[in-house]
Amino acid sequence: MDLNTIKQFLYEYDGPDMNIMEVCGSHTAAIAKNGIPGLLSKKIHLISGPGCPVCVTPSAYIDRLLELAKQENTCVVTFGDLLRVPGSEKSLRMIKGEGGRVEMVYSPMDILEMAKNEPETCFVFAAVGFETTTPVYALLMQELVKYDIKNVKLLTALKTMPEAIGFLCENGAPIDGFIAPGHVSVVTGSKIFEPIAEKYDIPFGVSGFEGAEILTALYAIVKMRGQGRVINCYPAVVTAEGNVEAQESVETFFEPADAVWRGMGSIPGSGRILREEYAVFDAGSRDLTEDKKKNQACRCDQVLMGKIKPTECPLFGKVCTPLKPQGACMVSTEGNCFSWYSNHREV
Amino acid sequence: MCVALPGTVLELDGDVAIVDFSGNQVRARAGLVPVVPGDRVLVHAGCILQKVSTDTADEMEDLFREIDEILSE
Repeated sequence: MDLNTIKQFLYEYDGPDMNIMEVCGSHTAAIAKNGIPGLLSKKIHLISGPGCPVCVTPSAYIDRLLELAKQENTCVVTFGDLLRVPGSEKSLRMIKGEGGRVEMVYSPMDILEMAKNEPETCFVFAAVGFETTTPVYALLMQELVKYDIKNVKLLTALKTMPEAIGFLCENGAPIDGFIAPGHVSVVTGSKIFEPIAEKYDIPFGVSGFEGAEILTALYAIVKMRGQGRVINCYPAVVTAEGNVEAQESVETFFEPADAVWRGMGSIPGSGRILREEYAVFDAGSRDLTEDKKKNQACRCDQVLMGKIKPTECPLFGKVCTPLKPQGACMVSTEGNCFSWYSNHREV
Repeated sequence: MCVALPGTVLELDGDVAIVDFSGNQVRARAGLVPVVPGDRVLVHAGCILQKVSTDTADEMEDLFREIDEILSE
């Protein structure tokens, strides 16, 4: 079998209609960048799910970061993606412009040097992410505990994918297959999706991020329609068991918890928080349960659930653009609305 | 945000590795998986997440065989 055979099959597919959802923002971006919708039969519908950690971070979390950034001797440290995400009123970028202290870094580990140079300042890391990023926070925690560093804290909004996918299967648009998140699977292993696949008789294809890898995963998913199986189409880095060392590191510092997903509400067991014994490093994550929209007409919630396409939101491309986002999905380059807008995607 | 890029470990000093990405060299933490210089690795947010297998061709063959087997069941 070669790529041309796969492309021909996907283009000429004439079986029952299939809704296939990707639940990774990098896949959303790669699908648009590679023009994959145009390579598929009209009977294969690609739907973007809640795969961008920034997009599913609730407004109360952003609001808490804004409060912290305005406090004396406090600095909020974050990945760049989060800077423009709207809270209930403002974003981190706006607060920075008003004199709040917000610093952007490449890696959470960069905060160690900052804390060492300014021992009087409390540095709070905006610890958002899925299973891919949580082990990095566990590494940071190792250092904080080992060297007894007291001026670094984490405000966590950590999410786990299987529970969210289970929630979508119960409450979202009807889905016939999932492109499983590749880099989440590097950590968790592909078998973490097996219980959901079996429960809902839905195939999962773990995919890499090149166009050919995504097409291969789609081919496998379409071929396995109706079968509750998981196939690993990203074997260069994904194994069935995943990175066990990383999983153990996460277990040491974090425990499962209910988590609020922007627009989707609280999903039981779909998050991670610092264990009680490490609560001294927590900047107030446990109290964050609210999720208010900045613009009431914003349909990010329905976009994230796969119920509407970004183009069906009345704000899309009009008052909501990457330069002036009204909802979180228009902020990150991995957000569903950003990806559709910047790639002029229509299907 | 879950973006991760493959690179090659050039040097290792304790838990800190120098990783080469097509000529760009960056520091990355190596605490999540044992690595040695020369390893191909996947780096996310300044940390090495996993080693990259170099037997991709064989693995893709295995994958297609697995798909065929599923279909013939």
